[in-house]
Amino acid sequence: MLEIGLGHYLTLGAIIFTIGVVGIFLNRKNIIVILMSVELILLAVNINLVSFSIFINDLSGQIFTLFILTVAAAEAAIGLAIIVAYYRNAGTIRVEEIDKLKG
Amino acid sequence: MEYYILFLPLIGAFISGFIGNKIGDKFSEIITSLLVSISALLSIYIFYQVVIENYEANLIIFKWINSGSLDVNWSIKIDAISAVMLVVVTLVSSIVHIYSIGYMSQDPHKPRFMAYLSLFTFAMLTLVTSDNFLQLFFGWEGVGLCSYFLIGFWFKKESANAAAIKAFLVNRVGDFGFALGIFLIFYFFGTVNYDEVFQQITQITDKKINFIGISINSVDLICLLLFIGAMGKSAQIFLHTWLPDAMEGPTPVSALIHAATMVTAGVFLVVRCSPIYEYSELALTVITIVGMSTAFFAATVALVQNDIKKIIAYSTCSQLGYMFFAAGVGAYNVAMFHLFTHAFFKALLFLGSGSVIHSFKNEQDINQMGGVWKSLPYTYALMIIGTLALTGFPFLSGFYSKDAIIEFAYLKGTNVGYYAAGIGVFTAFLTSIYSWRLIFKTFHGSYNNNKIKIESMHESPLVMLLPLVILAIGAIASGYLFKNLFIGYESSYEFWGQSIKFLEPLSQNHPPSWFLFLTPSLVTLSIPLAFYLFVKNKNLVNQIVETNKPLYIFLTKKWYFDELYDVLFVNSFKFLGKFFWKKIDGSIIDRFGPDGISNLIKSLSVKAVKFQNGFIYQYAFVMLIGFSILLTFLIIK
Repeated sequence: MLEIGLGHYLTLGAIIFTIGVVGIFLNRKNIIVILMSVELILLAVNINLVSFSIFINDLSGQIFTLFILTVAAAEAAIGLAIIVAYYRNAGTIRVEEIDKLKG
Repeated sequence: MEYYILFLPLIGAFISGFIGNKIGDKFSEIITSLLVSISALLSIYIFYQVVIENYEANLIIFKWINSGSLDVNWSIKIDAISAVMLVVVTLVSSIVHIYSIGYMSQDPHKPRFMAYLSLFTFAMLTLVTSDNFLQLFFGWEGVGLCSYFLIGFWFKKESANAAAIKAFLVNRVGDFGFALGIFLIFYFFGTVNYDEVFQQITQITDKKINFIGISINSVDLICLLLFIGAMGKSAQIFLHTWLPDAMEGPTPVSALIHAATMVTAGVFLVVRCSPIYEYSELALTVITIVGMSTAFFAATVALVQNDIKKIIAYSTCSQLGYMFFAAGVGAYNVAMFHLFTHAFFKALLFLGSGSVIHSFKNEQDINQMGGVWKSLPYTYALMIIGTLALTGFPFLSGFYSKDAIIEFAYLKGTNVGYYAAGIGVFTAFLTSIYSWRLIFKTFHGSYNNNKIKIESMHESPLVMLLPLVILAIGAIASGYLFKNLFIGYESSYEFWGQSIKFLEPLSQNHPPSWFLFLTPSLVTLSIPLAFYLFVKNKNLVNQIVETNKPLYIFLTKKWYFDELYDVLFVNSFKFLGKFFWKKIDGSIIDRFGPDGISNLIKSLSVKAVKFQNGFIYQYAFVMLIGFSILLTFLIIK
């Protein structure tokens, strides 16, 4: 029987983090997907924090996680609000059409 | 007082040039004429003092250059030569100023014209009053510049611009030689002040110097180089081509600059440097040969020209040749004398022809004139006086100076001297023929102008005729009055003093009497001859032209000098210039230099622009890549 240890949790965190990052880069369709990817990255960080917290027997890591979840929720709300506002102005939220920073 | 002579014209030039538009045409004409006239009166007073009291002075205005052993002042040197030049320059200049008020009355740019004239006068005065070669060179270039301005005064006329550039460029050739001469003087003497140079001249008479591979006596080389400068300014053969073209300028300019004053600067230079030239037999021989060749060449060309001003221009060229060979045979005082008398009658002829041109409404072709002597009685009479004086008709001014030149050439006793005397007599004859041809074709015969009716011909205004009268008096009397002073045996040595140096005194003999009578009689005989040829029996001239067609074309083409120079210099240098412009500069330097680099940067930046495409996810990706590389680097390290 495989013992589930710290390494497995960290690997899971790394995988989720990578999925999030790649999700940001490869996504060409919808800006909401970017938002979701950002959430994934934050979750990956949370998993790391929780696992280290258990590993070194220190609760402060888990408390941090709760803070991060709160901030992530707020951030998601603001992000969605910006997207709605942007959609009203530009009429689109397709990533490939948002290139106003072009030189 | 000398300061006033020198600077009044400059003040006039500034007033008229800078605020002429504000103070009005009339006022700038009056102020410049007045200032130059005052300057002329003062010059005459100085001349009088020099004659009576042998007054000499060297006023230093201020130090110009003081660097190492080079010590040059701005100065006003008054001695016999510069006093004569002062009178000639300021007198003719003031007369031309006044004349221009009438002649340029239709021109819209009067203040500019008067400013140029005054500025020219100032430059010419600095030239003649200098006590060193550098200030001389300053004046030399100053008059060249003003000559350029004034030839191209009618800047809308393309031919005038071309002529101005040509005059400037041809003069550059001469000035190059002149500058080299000054450098050489400084090299040998360590100074450019006349007095010091002239004192030390005996120390270098046997020094040799290598010049473009030829070992040559240093004095000879200095003299020849200075003479090249003189040739350019005084329009001697090979560098004469600019002078006839310079007639594109307004006629008063031709009278002042291209007849009476500026072109005589070369003669002035040779006379001023007589202490150097006396030690160079070679240079004097070259001067004699060049002078007589010019005299002869220009006279033959003048025979067939049809433009009234060009005839007189070639005549000027020819008379300058006389002055040079006078200097060449060592009779510097006679050269100055001819310069002095020539200024009067040549300015008179030019201003007279200006009056004719004015009456014919800018027509210059003598074939389009004729038969107007009754309509223009005063101009006619004045032109006759000028012509008589020029041809050397007995007892007018040209008679004394020109015959003296021929006599001294004869008395020189060398082969070159005899040759020059022979050419001089023959050229005097030619001079007489072409001058009378001009008079007869302009004033006699049938009226040939279709554009203007003969009834509407009228005499020029008084403001143009009065100056001519002054010049006419000079043309009649200057020879007789100043003969003793300038070229008398003892009185002249006293007058010229130290300013002209004669190694051996001029011969006091007289040439045989048949020789003395030769020139005046030829000149007098040529009047009826010319009358017969150009008024009575025109067919004879046409026959002569027909039988000698090649010679005639050769002369009308001015000995093919312009064509020759076109082939030799103009076209080849144009080709060379075009080659350097198109091939070297365009295809090599520009292509790999500025153009190449700018193209490279342009293409690079086009690529760099693509990098900034506005997609945030790509920016983020780049950031990540960069971050990873940094991280990897830090970890490996």
